[in-house]
Amino acid sequence: MSLIVQNVSKSFTNFAALHEVSFEARPREFLALLGPSGSGKTTLLRLLAGLDQPNSGSITFEGEDFLQLNARERRVGMVFQSYALFRHMTVAQNIAFGLDVRPGKERPSKADIKAKVESLLSLIQMEDFGKRFPTQLSGGQRQRVALARALAISPRLLLLDEPFGALDALVRKDLRRWLRKIHDETGVTTVFVTHDQEEALDLADRVVVLKDGEIEQIGEPLELYRQPRTAFVFDFLGHANIAQGALSGGKVAFDGFSVPAASSAADGQVTVRFRPFDSEVSRTGPGFAGKVLSVLPAGANLRLEVRLSDGTVYETQHAHSSDASTLHAGDDVFVRPTKVYAFA
Amino acid sequence: MTSSATPARAPVPEGFKPPKASLHTRVLPGFKWSLGVTLTYLSLIVLIPLAALAARPWEHGLQGFLFNLTDGRVLSALRLSFSVAAAAAFLNLFIGLAIAWVLTRYEFPGKRLMDALVDLPFALPTAVAGIALTALYAPNGWIGSLLTPLGIKVAYTPLGIFIALVFVGLPFIVRSVQPVLAEFDAEVEEAARTLGATPIQTAIRVILPGLTPALISGFSLSLARAVGEYGSVIFIAGNKQNVTEIAPLLIIIKLQEFDYAGAASVALIMLMMSFGVLIVLNMIQLWISSRGQGAAK
Repeated sequence: MSLIVQNVSKSFTNFAALHEVSFEARPREFLALLGPSGSGKTTLLRLLAGLDQPNSGSITFEGEDFLQLNARERRVGMVFQSYALFRHMTVAQNIAFGLDVRPGKERPSKADIKAKVESLLSLIQMEDFGKRFPTQLSGGQRQRVALARALAISPRLLLLDEPFGALDALVRKDLRRWLRKIHDETGVTTVFVTHDQEEALDLADRVVVLKDGEIEQIGEPLELYRQPRTAFVFDFLGHANIAQGALSGGKVAFDGFSVPAASSAADGQVTVRFRPFDSEVSRTGPGFAGKVLSVLPAGANLRLEVRLSDGTVYETQHAHSSDASTLHAGDDVFVRPTKVYAFA
Repeated sequence: MTSSATPARAPVPEGFKPPKASLHTRVLPGFKWSLGVTLTYLSLIVLIPLAALAARPWEHGLQGFLFNLTDGRVLSALRLSFSVAAAAAFLNLFIGLAIAWVLTRYEFPGKRLMDALVDLPFALPTAVAGIALTALYAPNGWIGSLLTPLGIKVAYTPLGIFIALVFVGLPFIVRSVQPVLAEFDAEVEEAARTLGATPIQTAIRVILPGLTPALISGFSLSLARAVGEYGSVIFIAGNKQNVTEIAPLLIIIKLQEFDYAGAASVALIMLMMSFGVLIVLNMIQLWISSRGQGAAK
């Protein structure tokens, strides 16, 4: 393990931001801290960077006690949400900063610094931008400069705070791929914070899901998606349709039909959840009777909204080639889940 | 979506950006009116009196003016006024920065009181300040009596003038720097820290450059105020000819001698020197803030 966080708690004057948080990052791993705002993910990142101190718990990196080192000594590269570039310095000066400020004998020679800056500029594909000032760059370019600046100190650990938060959707997707590529090239253990589940699942080797300062689940993206441990994780990772049924023997019985369930709940009356793509619609039933509200394209799928008689709206997804494509708003249909989840 | 009826459109040129808000699209209306009012006001309050001043010294022709310009008493008064004012503004640069720093960065009891104290040199009638300073620094005053045995004379020396000018100039620096420092992005400092910069390196290489435009503008204001300062200085200066006689006082003296042209000459020279200094400072400030503000270089 390269990074080990154990039982870390942090409270501010009026609330507890983190409670007994423990997780580990493997060498070269790309780890996402995922959670809604207020879940403590940025606080956690700041503790890793040494910008704040935990009230209790331990953080070690490659066997070294990180809490004994201050932010300067940890050699952790941090990319801030606002990028935090130095406005009065050129791109090249920004990138060189971490090397320039080293004490005399550790500081590389001017020529070495220049070479390093140039190699980083080419890594971020901005060779011709060294003399520009940050205000002359687009958001995506600033983000890349901030990353290059953090990489310049050859960090042992790279931390990214909502790295794509301020960018528009297209740039974001591009940068995501690119960031993953950089990570694979440099091999530096990376922890990044995001509130966007799609980003976390798309980019990370493993995801730590946080809620109210506590860890809900840690796992690989597919694992989280297929075996969510809590209702929160299920709801946070995608759209959830909710129904009531009777659980017994691994199946949930509804009105006139039953469905296999992945369950951590005890037998009896339970609340279940199912994904839009774990459902079928038909004109005949069985299923939950409702009326089609809308039929919309959702990439490779059709997305239907169906309103039940009690007002609940279900979202379902189907292949364009399925029977669902013959449906129109206003049609009477039955929605039948094919797989449901029940959480204790 | 394209139909054959649509005429071919020129491609969007490289680097095209939609126009930014201009004078015509800004929310506040009445550009012509506001410009008119501003110009009239500036003319009435600033330009016309200054023009009158520029017209005044020529009673005895160019020679009269040149005589004043080369008069030893005038020259030494100007030298004293500008050099001590510059020295005072320079010291205030550091003290003012320190005070602004403390007021924005730290929380401590009495902070608001201290914040209010900074404005006192603004609010106090300068003559009152002058009398108070003189009482303190006179050889028999509280501070003066401690300094005299050390051989340091403050009152009735250029040092006294310096102290008075430091006093009146201080708020300008503090109030120029304070808002900029308060707005300074904490993440930028943290970034410097994670990159390995010591607190001192962060202050010098990251924060100070961001403050430079504010420091220069505070310095200009402080200097301008100090050059023209009269009330607080005349009490502590002692007003010895050629030694502690400041230029504004010389103007008063000339007026009392009914030498209006002479007074106006000194005033005009002061005006031109101040104007020159302010223009230079402004240009430096403009140059610094244009770096990193998007001006292509």
